[in-house]
Amino acid sequence: MTTPNNLSRRLFLQRAAVGTLLATGGSTILAACASGGDDAGTGGGGAEQTAENPFGVKAADPLDVVIFKGGYGDDYAKFHESLYKKKFGESAIKHTGTTEITPTLQPRFNGGNPPDVIDNSGAKMLPVSTLASSGQLADLTPLLDAASIDDPAVKVRDSVEPITLEAAQQAGKPAVLNYVLTVYGLWYNKKLFTEKGWEPAKTWAEFLTLCETIKKAGIAPLAHQGKHPYYIGQILLDMAVKHGGKDVIKAIDGLEPNAWMHPSIKLAAEALLELKKKDYILKGTEGLDHIQSQTAWNQGKAAFIPSGSWLENEQKPVAPKDFATTVTFTPLLDGAKLPVECTEISAGEGFIVPEKAKNKAGGLEYLRLMLSKEGAGKFTELTGSPTVVKGAAEGLTLSPGAASSSALLKSGADNNWSTYFGDWYSPMRDPLYSIVAELVAARITSDEFQKRAQKLADDTAKDPKTVKRTRS
Amino acid sequence: MRHGSYRFVASFLAIPLALYAIFVISPFAQAFYYSLTDWTGVSPKFKFVGLENFKTLTHDAVFRAALGHNVILLIGVPLLVIFLALVFAYLLNVGGRSNSAGVQGVRGNGFYKLAFFLPQVLSIPVIAVIWSVVMTSTDNGLANTVTKKLGLGTSEYLASPKIALYCVMWVMIWGSVGFYLVLFNAAMSGIPKDIFEAAIIDGATRLSTFFRITLPLLWDTIQTAWVYLAIMALDAYALVAVMTAGPGGPDNSTQVMGLQIANNGFQFGRAGYASAMGVVLFFLTLLIAAVMLRATRRDRIEY
Repeated sequence: MTTPNNLSRRLFLQRAAVGTLLATGGSTILAACASGGDDAGTGGGGAEQTAENPFGVKAADPLDVVIFKGGYGDDYAKFHESLYKKKFGESAIKHTGTTEITPTLQPRFNGGNPPDVIDNSGAKMLPVSTLASSGQLADLTPLLDAASIDDPAVKVRDSVEPITLEAAQQAGKPAVLNYVLTVYGLWYNKKLFTEKGWEPAKTWAEFLTLCETIKKAGIAPLAHQGKHPYYIGQILLDMAVKHGGKDVIKAIDGLEPNAWMHPSIKLAAEALLELKKKDYILKGTEGLDHIQSQTAWNQGKAAFIPSGSWLENEQKPVAPKDFATTVTFTPLLDGAKLPVECTEISAGEGFIVPEKAKNKAGGLEYLRLMLSKEGAGKFTELTGSPTVVKGAAEGLTLSPGAASSSALLKSGADNNWSTYFGDWYSPMRDPLYSIVAELVAARITSDEFQKRAQKLADDTAKDPKTVKRTRS
Repeated sequence: MRHGSYRFVASFLAIPLALYAIFVISPFAQAFYYSLTDWTGVSPKFKFVGLENFKTLTHDAVFRAALGHNVILLIGVPLLVIFLALVFAYLLNVGGRSNSAGVQGVRGNGFYKLAFFLPQVLSIPVIAVIWSVVMTSTDNGLANTVTKKLGLGTSEYLASPKIALYCVMWVMIWGSVGFYLVLFNAAMSGIPKDIFEAAIIDGATRLSTFFRITLPLLWDTIQTAWVYLAIMALDAYALVAVMTAGPGGPDNSTQVMGLQIANNGFQFGRAGYASAMGVVLFFLTLLIAAVMLRATRRDRIEY
């Protein structure tokens, strides 16, 4: 009997035919999803450009807004959308609040139909420098040169903190509007400190004395978010920059030769090692993530913890009711160039308008409305975080954390500094802070730290895929 | 009549084959193509760069470290999982006393099976979170509290670059033993009990019945388990991503290839490069599966 053989052979052929057909058909469909389509959007606009409507937004054009719904929620964005709606009543606004920025938007960028405004933040943010260097982000110069909503005589560029303009630069033009102003520093519970009669220290010697006192009281002087060594790295850089001046960080950001070999970096590294060796750092904090370590700090197991001004909001669910979250500056190493009362600031929560957005003009107008005092004030009110808009928080009642960070921001003024290497050269960021973690755990010396950091920076600079940038 | 049956068979195959082609074959094919380009992952435009990505890969220190860690997992995980699962399955099946009723498993073997299988029901991130809490590096972590009470001192577990990878490996083993225990157990209960009994009557020890009877008769199942475990060890992404600092561990001590692919593809805007890593991983997996199946081939024993 030949039937069984016959059957299997024919079946095989049929199967093969179906398989091939579907494989080829399927891959064309998928290829279209992954990287097909290259039709440019119309860009919207086209209406008459007036003082009220500087980008010529057509009132009927719909607006597509995608917001990172993280620590700040997305209620503030709904308020901003209501401002837009008030102005262009006919416009249909599509609002998407998500933490999945890249998974949601990658296919849309690849397909050439991105939304009009994106709050590009969070762990899954789009690689912004890549977008900018491939020309996919709108130039924000027209926005910065437009009149501000609150005062037609003042340009948007002058209504925001100067760091906004610096942080906006991507591929040689302003492309990202970083909306939220963050103040970094050492955080402590003011209530505890008042009770015990402790004062945050101004010099390194004072800080060590304070740490000794705190340790004797049965509290670890310092905790840090060991699983994310970025936090303690911020303290290292802050002390180094305050000692050696802003050139230290400019050299690092520019991937300059021997930037990490600077004597100020060594001093700051030695300082952290001293804390570890004198047992001033919470035992085992190297293995804690931000939630665990910050909770331990809230429970009074540690006196200081490094973080940014989002900390108070982040810890609200676990902090005791009478916990007075307060920020202070890092202590000053001997011979420092900058004064003690300044710190690192950054502008974050990057809003972008895609170059190929269907309603690019509307996107720009949305950003202009966000930068009004009304829009920014509402943001601070809803989230407790300051924005880059000058004077938008005036008249608001601030929590201890927000009040102390505004005070530090003010006292630092022009001495406050910022850094960009982590954003500019993202492949270098995690490896660098991983070396910091080795240093803080006292597993390597300050010399080894400097050498390894420098090697990483040199390798990054040599990598042909790196777009090297320098700071003005 | 026969014609009808072809159509019938084809209609069953069409949908699974279509799904397979769209969601498995086509992404593989695309990854091969993208590995030869400088695609950023977020742009419709890219250039063809030939083997450039693979050249860069050969001197990427982090990727090499990741590969090394995968190899450690590849050796450790299958060996230990299969060893533990076999021992436990053997005990559950024929470990008990032999009496007039024949060879039996240990008392309460149903309960043990359930207890061992339980981790399989939990998703990998849940397992990862549970174990990272157990292995908390502070003195009041669960494991540290216990070892301190016993006078064994404390450990930093995942925060120590020396042992972080082995902590991950342990969790991987813990999570898989149960499944293979049940698998081997099922295979063992397929072996007729009278073979064991005959052997025991002839004076064979437990150890020799295990090596002379159980192991040869289970060979096919073990072989399958080995290949599956090897593929799992080449991944390890989820555990490492959830459990370790960075992620990637202190001083890159738990970097694995999966993590490097995800970082390059989705964070650094280097999807072409990440695809090249994926292609390397693909061939590695294929090679290892082939070698293992070939090297462990034995004559099938009929019973």
